[in-house]
Amino acid sequence: MSVLVVSEHDNAELKPATLHTVTAAQQMAGGAEIHVLVAGHGCQAVAEAAAQVSGVAKVLLADAAYYEHRQAEDVAPLIVELARNYSHVLAAATTSGKNIMPRAAALLDVQQVSDISGVEAADTFVRPIYAGNAMMTVKSSDPIKLITVRITSFDPAPAEGGSAPVETISATAESDLSKYLGAQLTESERPELTGAKIVISGGRGMQSGENFAMLERIADKLGAAVGASRAAVDAGFVPNDYQVGQTGKVVAPELYIAVGISGAIQHLAGMKDSKVIVAINKDEDAPIFQVADYGLVADLFQAVPELEQELG
Amino acid sequence: MKVLVPIKRVIDANVKVRVKADKTGVELTNVKMAMNPFCEIAVEEAMRLKEAGTASEVIAVSAGTAQAQETLRTALAMGADRGILIQSDVALEPLAIAKLLKEVAGREGAELIILGKQAIDGDNNQTGQMLAALLGWSQGTFISKLAVGDGSAQVTREVDGGLENVELKMPAVVTVDLRLNEPRYASLPNIMKAKKKPIDTLTPEDLGVDVTPRLEVVQVVEPPARKAGVKVASVAELVDKLRNEAKVI
Repeated sequence: MSVLVVSEHDNAELKPATLHTVTAAQQMAGGAEIHVLVAGHGCQAVAEAAAQVSGVAKVLLADAAYYEHRQAEDVAPLIVELARNYSHVLAAATTSGKNIMPRAAALLDVQQVSDISGVEAADTFVRPIYAGNAMMTVKSSDPIKLITVRITSFDPAPAEGGSAPVETISATAESDLSKYLGAQLTESERPELTGAKIVISGGRGMQSGENFAMLERIADKLGAAVGASRAAVDAGFVPNDYQVGQTGKVVAPELYIAVGISGAIQHLAGMKDSKVIVAINKDEDAPIFQVADYGLVADLFQAVPELEQELG
Repeated sequence: MKVLVPIKRVIDANVKVRVKADKTGVELTNVKMAMNPFCEIAVEEAMRLKEAGTASEVIAVSAGTAQAQETLRTALAMGADRGILIQSDVALEPLAIAKLLKEVAGREGAELIILGKQAIDGDNNQTGQMLAALLGWSQGTFISKLAVGDGSAQVTREVDGGLENVELKMPAVVTVDLRLNEPRYASLPNIMKAKKKPIDTLTPEDLGVDVTPRLEVVQVVEPPARKAGVKVASVAELVDKLRNEAKVI
């Protein structure tokens, strides 16, 4: 049976999270076809992009005004309707996937497997628990597997090279349970936090939101994204979508620079799979140094401007 | 309006968890347990609704072993009116918990259910969404703001790109994120008072729910450890290492 990937998009663009999810799907498909669901409104371009993804055999396009913001109450019934034709249904473990998939799973009477970081077999998956302090392998006995995927654990499938047909499917009925009112999205020219090759994050040690400008200047020199610890978000220095950690975003860039971050367990959970970790902190006993490849014990208000200069 | 607040007993957030040598799970013996931090935020939000006169009664409910009573007492000390323990020695999965909670919500005639967005043990982030699905109710997940009106509630959700505002038709299930509120500490008089508040005990059988696990735990192991790093003496040395040793900039 084929595997269905629920795509992540904003009606205009297919998000990279989908590419990582396709790779996870391939690992459990056993050679079976991979189909991608694009549910949205005015999202033809997304379907066409999904059709280009290497390894995708078919794109299902469901267009309805009430799919525009992909609310769980409307999209979950669509997944339920389709799921019976598939062995697995996957979505990225983003806020969208986390919102929609458990609702679909419950309607299908399936115990979802959340945030998998590895595939052992078609029914056996590895996932972090306790903020990544333990790795659990579970075997699912449900006839359909519903899964969310930790995107940093799977390489992206090539965005080009495929030429899958796009099949328009009918929408399920409108639920009328919730109404989207609007959003305040963070506008940034910098790369997305979860996909950036370099991330520079600030913690409580930054002392104010204004001081994050220092990190932003370095980010612009390195083509990096800017992140933050929970403490910095709770203190109101930066918006919630900057948060890296167990309950925020999980990142695994080539280089992660932690500035003024002590390294609480829940923060480490979101970044310890980064390839190279740099920590700048004036407290030499800060736990962040235990995971850092390069640690610099220094006052960040001296070290960060110096770093900016050194980078030229 | 009756508000139901499902809560979970977990290893205290400040405890470093240890994997058991036989790889069957993590060590729970003699480990400090506490209410899941997100559940504290859920209880706090319910109490604020009660204090504002929006909620008529706040009922805390927990599914788990007999010890989950302690966690219910904490919720009662924070101000919840009464508790319900769904006692089971089976390791309950989110789907099973959602089914149990659905039955309790029906019995109690709850109109709003407030839960933590995830528990810091299993990190599943499923129960609230599953409960909303089984009840056929609206769901507001990962909320940082809640305003309950007449027949509807407005929520602000923390999403990957920023914040999203949604109007939910009541009854509703909401799951709370960190920024919703700052939970109160229970005062000593309230801890004493909580001892006299009622806790009903039910079983999955009483509620007619099959809680047989769907997932078999094959093993639980430590994550791969990171290699010890080095301390650098200066910013210049750091940049040199990043350029020439790690080759990441």
